Amino acid sequence: MALKIVKSQCTVCGACEFECPNAAIKFKGDAYIIDAEKCTECEGQFDAPQCAAVCPVPNTCVPA
Amino acid sequence: MSATLIPISGLQVASRKDMGEAMAKGGGCSSGSCGSSQGPADMDPETWAKVKDHPCYSEEAHHYFARMHVAVAPACNIQCNYCNRKYDCANESRPGVVSERLTPEQAARKVLAVAASVPQLSVLGIAGPGDAAYDWRRTKATFDLVSKDLPDIKLCLSSNGLALPDHIDEIVAMNIDHVTITINAIDPEIGQHIYPWIFYDGKRRTGIEAATILRDRQLLSLEMLKARGVLVKVNSVLIPGINDDHLIEVNKAVKARGAFLHNIMPLISDPAHGTHFGLTGQRGPTGAELKKVQDACAGGANLMRHCRQCRADAVGLLGEDRGQDFTLDKLPEVIADATEARTAYRDWVADERRDRAAAAAQAEATVAETGKSTLFAVCTRGSGRINMHFGKVTEFQIYEADAEGIRFVGHRRADNYCLGGHGDKARMDEILRVLEDVPYVLCSKIGAGPKKRLAEAGIEAIDGLAQDYIETAIAAVLHSKTAHPGRTAESA
Repeated sequence: MALKIVKSQCTVCGACEFECPNAAIKFKGDAYIIDAEKCTECEGQFDAPQCAAVCPVPNTCVPA
Repeated sequence: MSATLIPISGLQVASRKDMGEAMAKGGGCSSGSCGSSQGPADMDPETWAKVKDHPCYSEEAHHYFARMHVAVAPACNIQCNYCNRKYDCANESRPGVVSERLTPEQAARKVLAVAASVPQLSVLGIAGPGDAAYDWRRTKATFDLVSKDLPDIKLCLSSNGLALPDHIDEIVAMNIDHVTITINAIDPEIGQHIYPWIFYDGKRRTGIEAATILRDRQLLSLEMLKARGVLVKVNSVLIPGINDDHLIEVNKAVKARGAFLHNIMPLISDPAHGTHFGLTGQRGPTGAELKKVQDACAGGANLMRHCRQCRADAVGLLGEDRGQDFTLDKLPEVIADATEARTAYRDWVADERRDRAAAAAQAEATVAETGKSTLFAVCTRGSGRINMHFGKVTEFQIYEADAEGIRFVGHRRADNYCLGGHGDKARMDEILRVLEDVPYVLCSKIGAGPKKRLAEAGIEAIDGLAQDYIETAIAAVLHSKTAHPGRTAESA
């Protein structure tokens, strides 16, 4: 149960890193990536995954 | 034609020395010379001290001072229908667009490099490309670094307002004197057609709910900043058919809450930008439509009419973007600041300003006699003078002269962002289109071909007044027109 970031769509704005309640998102090399170990899809924390809710590009933070 | 124009003696100011003599004859500093509500005589000294070197807050200052934006804040908490940050084009100038994102450390180096080579630099702004208040960690880190190295550079930021109320104390503590909030609607019924969603309090929100929260937070930001003595400029994007009739309500609402300036800007819309409005064919307003809304708001909050809607990484005087000269790969290894150059430049500006105000006051007195309203398109590279070749302009500064005097009323772009590659014909067509209601062009020089084409369209190009102050030249033109044979000669 985790989300991933579709690199080709990502604008590298970093809003997801900022909002992630689990500190699961890091900037590595030239892209943001989600650590599947830490990602909870925000279950029990928020109504919806925070990364997907704030991401400006549709279908960029998606189920892995 | 232009050779027959005779400037009024004593008003023609071709050099600082001439001007000194003209002033000795009894000119004095009266009202602000251009952008009538923005001069030193129109505001309290404390406010004038805050804005006098800020090109975006004082129309008068934009003739002399440069600003730069650093694109350190890419994250945003709302979506606007006119914005798509995936798009980047070095030839394009519009908000939200950048070529290069910077870390706070890189940004601080860039500011130092620009300050060392552009003595006109007075302001550092952070305007995205996302939202400076939402991406606050990066914004604050950048300001902290820059204020340590360059304490004389003013700091300002631009935001949609949603996250602003959370940072008011820090903004005040960091001596940020100027904050811009973009407010496109105060009625959520209208706002919902501009903002598809906002991200607030852990949730993506849409429709009326989103527009209401955003509006409330924007107005709260404005009130909180005003209460703490921070000058607030409100930006509104004019979107024909959506908020054009509504902006007068926005103007009243922001004035009532103490906004210092209201900047009504035209929507920039093109399918190639990939924005919602671009893709759905929503058009931007014409220059005349924009002026109509701006004129309807006169009497409310002071209007800014010289906005260039610059990129989030713009560098230089408004209307002259040098951002591409200062990309990271072009920064020198070691940067030595040049504080003295900035100080010397500011001293020079103080003198120049006094002179220009005096010249303008005299010119206005002359124009008041002629009465009817006339528009002038001016080619200038700054300092309030006619000093640019017609063939070099990418935008015209539009001045209006009538019984009230001479004032700057806006600028009109003639390059249409990417017209460069389409040849002179397309450029000229665009110029004729944007100048349809303007009978005179004032420039330092113009070729015979373009001059003829303008004449055929009923526009007279005048290049005999190069280097004059703008107001002085306008007064001279009007004077020569009203004093031609057959009419009662006016006293010179």
